[in-house]
Amino acid sequence: MLEDILTVLWKERKGLLRIQGSRWRAILTMIVPVGMVAILAPIQLGEGWVDAAWSLMASVIIPLILIGFTIPESFAGERERHTLETLLATRLPDRAILFGKLALAIGVGWGMTMVSLLVGLIPVNVFHWSGQLLFYRLDLLLTNIVLSLLISCLMAQLGVLISLRAETTQGAQQALVSILLLPLMVIQIVPMLMLSVIPGGRATLEQWLSVDLIQILAVVTAILLLANLGLLLAVLARFERARLCQT
Amino acid sequence: MNRTAIRMEHLAREFESVRAVDELTMEVPEGIVCGFLGPNGAGKTTTIRLLLGLLEPTAGRAEVLGYDIRTQAEQIRQHTGALLEHTGVYEGLSAEDNLEFYGRVWRLGRHERQARIKELLTQMGLWDRRGDKAGTWSRGMKQKLALARALLHRPRLVLLDEPTAGLDVAAAAAVREDLVSLVDQERVTVLLTTHNMAEAEKLCSQVAVIRQGKLVAQGHPDQLRAQAGSPRIEVLGRGFSDQTIDLMRSRPEVADARAHNGRLAIDLRYDADPAPLIRLLVNSGIDVQEVQRGKASLEEVFLTLMNEESRSVEAA
Repeated sequence: MLEDILTVLWKERKGLLRIQGSRWRAILTMIVPVGMVAILAPIQLGEGWVDAAWSLMASVIIPLILIGFTIPESFAGERERHTLETLLATRLPDRAILFGKLALAIGVGWGMTMVSLLVGLIPVNVFHWSGQLLFYRLDLLLTNIVLSLLISCLMAQLGVLISLRAETTQGAQQALVSILLLPLMVIQIVPMLMLSVIPGGRATLEQWLSVDLIQILAVVTAILLLANLGLLLAVLARFERARLCQT
Repeated sequence: MNRTAIRMEHLAREFESVRAVDELTMEVPEGIVCGFLGPNGAGKTTTIRLLLGLLEPTAGRAEVLGYDIRTQAEQIRQHTGALLEHTGVYEGLSAEDNLEFYGRVWRLGRHERQARIKELLTQMGLWDRRGDKAGTWSRGMKQKLALARALLHRPRLVLLDEPTAGLDVAAAAAVREDLVSLVDQERVTVLLTTHNMAEAEKLCSQVAVIRQGKLVAQGHPDQLRAQAGSPRIEVLGRGFSDQTIDLMRSRPEVADARAHNGRLAIDLRYDADPAPLIRLLVNSGIDVQEVQRGKASLEEVFLTLMNEESRSVEAA
């Protein structure tokens, strides 16, 4: 099984920089968000990037963009280009195909987040040099590592389910990004409503914000773990030859 | 005696209200090229998907290379190569990478894989362009690459779904040529679906005709001709006129007669002796140069079988 997963991973890696027809277009699609998050944000935020929770932005946004780009290409794209059926006609087990594809997408999303966090240290230290090397708080660094991995897994699995239903790659990409933008919008809108519309909202919001960040992240991590488990079961049930070939 | 590569018994597959494959019962012996003929929507592609275990049958059973399609599909796919409706070629990868990937899928060792890729691409005249992206190739070249992919792991059985569909005459001939030499060399069993009767005639030692998911006829092309095509003689000569045609049509053993380009085609009602007809032609002043016993083309046989089936369905 592991050898088969690695075989699929080899093909996915080869194809990754050739998607969308141009190697440079693919590289730019991946590098631009990393540049925005890992260079511009640290320049603006300075010490807050390594000391406060701002770097968590990278753990959310980078997997969202990169996996929103790679997973639909890998699943809906393979079906759209009529290569999936040929792949399914080989000896490869369904799960080797699935995990090989997921591994690359998660690897890209998580790996690039880690790269961004490392790259982000350069502008922070160059533009906000305070006489000593600035580095992430340990608890924040660990949170970033775990959170970005969980978000990458969640995105990838959600992406598989959407891609298997979508008519086209573009349709899958749009649907995936729309669904994933929804929670981000809620996070922005709810505090605004609490501050301006809901009576007593300000006090409740202040109460929420007084809770320790690590406690909040622990709850978020637990929710993400459960969501990942549920999605994994759904993906395993959905990604089966007999079901894939009927569509 | 040949063993059986494919055995189907009352195999059926329904999609909602449509019965794509309907009680299909047939056998394909090992070591032959079997043509699977039928009009669009006859159930050919569905049958291939069933045989590969990509779809589950709604009824009946089938064995491929001795393995059950319901319970041993993985073993079937292990020993089978397939070129499906679409080439399945990764257009963003080079030809060599396409085969490299499938070589890894089939777990060929590194040296074996490289040697096999070189052997197949060389044989198909694609070796010099192995580094090109497959997406830049012509359709015929992609089809050849897909054929090489299907044969890469030296399968015992190859399933080809319309391998020359959409190709121009020269490309189709080239793919056919490669197919013949590879099949000959590799000694595999081939089940080939096609619309192209001339192709089936050239490649297949056995053909099965299906319509609306049902088997209409199966056998050697000559057997099918005998079953569905009327005997025919063709007379080459000079002096054919309307009177000559009327004279032939007046004979009880003649079903029809027509003349074209110095050639008189006479369809017989049964396997009648043509000598009296030739004597009649000579006596009526025709300059007979050559007489041939004609064969109905497989296309004519196919059309006859389709018409007969339509009539029997309407009657029912």
